[in-house]
Amino acid sequence: MNKLTAFIAGLLFGFGLLLAGMANPSKVLAFLDLAGAWDPSLALVMVGAIGIAIGPLTWARQQSRSLLGRPMQLPTKRELDPRLIGGSLLFGIGWGIAGICPGPAVAILLTGRWQAIVFMLAMLAGMLLFTAMETRRNH
Amino acid sequence: MNVDWLNFTPWSSLAGGALIGLAASLFVVANGRIAGISGLIGSLLQRGSEGAGEKSLFLLGLLIAPLLWGLFAALPQIEFQSGGVGLIAAGVLVGIGTRYGSGCTSGHGVCGISRLSPRSMVATACFMFSGFITVFVLRHLLGGWI
Repeated sequence: MNKLTAFIAGLLFGFGLLLAGMANPSKVLAFLDLAGAWDPSLALVMVGAIGIAIGPLTWARQQSRSLLGRPMQLPTKRELDPRLIGGSLLFGIGWGIAGICPGPAVAILLTGRWQAIVFMLAMLAGMLLFTAMETRRNH
Repeated sequence: MNVDWLNFTPWSSLAGGALIGLAASLFVVANGRIAGISGLIGSLLQRGSEGAGEKSLFLLGLLIAPLLWGLFAALPQIEFQSGGVGLIAAGVLVGIGTRYGSGCTSGHGVCGISRLSPRSMVATACFMFSGFITVFVLRHLLGGWI
């Protein structure tokens, strides 16, 4: 059952990205282009998503188990450290170059565009580089 | 500020956002997990990831969403602006940045803000800020894409 709900959640997430326009890098870049012809649509994606998710996530914060009896695994870190800020700034630079973030990168992978494949391979390489640096740091 | 009303899609973006919120809600309420895409992918890249089955199935759903969509309707426009070098640079930065920053647009921007996490609010402000600056520099100061 938990596998089925995970699959359905992923599917809905993908439909949402496609419907919202988030899977179109040009539209994302038009949102990030405040000084050009600005397309504010993606602000409404955030409004719609947070508007729906805020109730269930508030509920989740008060539970130790999910409805299917799984442990509730919410992040516990609290500190605003340089890794959070530096990493997020780097992510934003990459997002601003191509207009693609990780969710849409997965959702457009099978649409037959070479750009989607190149971006995904580079993103996986970046993540593996992080893992390698972390492993070295912890030894 | 010059708003591009012609390409402004308030209703489909709001509805798409609501679907994303519904998906994130289902994943946390049923599975007890945060629908953060960079975190899901990143943890599957590490050996011995717990909950690998659920995480993979979430990503599988996301992966085949356009194929299922394509059976019933035409896919929305997907238009790229960058060439190979730009895509590689962007991909590497997104990969490293989201892992160091512990999340991306979904994990911090949607789920984190929805659970009122100060860390996620700061992270979202940071990547929006550097995204705005990057587009400004590339489009208006350098006048083109790398």
